Amino acid sequence: MTEISVIAVLDDPVRRRLYDYVAAQGSGVSRTEAAAAAGIGRTLAAFHLDRLAEAGLVEVEFARPGGRSGPGAGRPAKLYRRAVAEHEVSVPPRDYRAAAELLAEVVDVTGAEPELQRAARSRGAAAGRAARQRSPALPDGDLVTGALSAQGYQPYRDGGDVRLRNCPFHLLADRHPPLICGMNLALLEGLLSGAAVTGLSARLDPRPGECCVVVEDSKNNVD
Amino acid sequence: MAGFMAGIIPVNALADTAPGFVWRLRDGDGPGATALRPCGPDVMVNMSVWEDLESLRDFVYRNGPHLDFMRRRRSWFHPMAVPYLVLWWVPAGHIPGLDEALCRLDMLRREGPGSAAFTFRDAYPAPAVEGAGLPGS
Repeated sequence: MTEISVIAVLDDPVRRRLYDYVAAQGSGVSRTEAAAAAGIGRTLAAFHLDRLAEAGLVEVEFARPGGRSGPGAGRPAKLYRRAVAEHEVSVPPRDYRAAAELLAEVVDVTGAEPELQRAARSRGAAAGRAARQRSPALPDGDLVTGALSAQGYQPYRDGGDVRLRNCPFHLLADRHPPLICGMNLALLEGLLSGAAVTGLSARLDPRPGECCVVVEDSKNNVD
Repeated sequence: MAGFMAGIIPVNALADTAPGFVWRLRDGDGPGATALRPCGPDVMVNMSVWEDLESLRDFVYRNGPHLDFMRRRRSWFHPMAVPYLVLWWVPAGHIPGLDEALCRLDMLRREGPGSAAFTFRDAYPAPAVEGAGLPGS
């Protein structure tokens, strides 16, 4: 399948809704759960989920209900989770990824990380100020999750902390971790200060499959 | 440098208990290898052996305190214009010496990544023998 036909699979409102729901979950989702979240029947959900799987947008796994095993544990349930692969289409063709990789390499070699972090902090601060101006009265937590969602981080609450399901810089971060994770941390620190958020702070805390940064409740920060 | 010297002790301790960790270089009774200067007074070295590449990668790039330590490296170290990190496979039980590490680093600098000297970005699989370990320097 070409990149454009993979993306075209999402050009159906119901399928898109199912994909967004699956992508936002931390673990595999059953047909029944996905159907309920999208407000459609289980058969229709199964049809669309399998189209998403054929396109490679979601991956299929099988799990015993409730983790049971052995005879009488029931049939393994088909679960769907967001695929790792990235898809990008640009019309007309553009290749910002190659440019970003070259720039990252140069920053690495020249040691310009402090400058990169400074630039990232000020970019984050501008985004934070803009978010605060749009919603001056919004509670800090909601403001932060809204701003992070808008930038593709897929935030979710974990107690008082905000964790990020998606790394918007995944490929680059994979190739230049200290550089890109440091830039990302500076972006998010900037965002918090620009939005005048005081009870939350950003810290590097990488977890498999998630962004390297956690935005945590400063009161719980014992480090 | 005080920040680096203070930070290296807990980070080294984290390595000792990390999954897949086998061995790391020390300067005599010191907690790390910071006193060893085989490449000149301004170059510090570290070297360790791990069971597999993913264990090492998990510690270096996916361990919060270690990643944060690396993020701050420009507060303490100048960038190097040549490759300064090299990986290679060793037979299980073999503890490499500094001379071996410097030879592999030289190989990487001269020939680029290959099966005998490589990097995280251009990694090579372990040779097909039972139980091999991986040092990083």
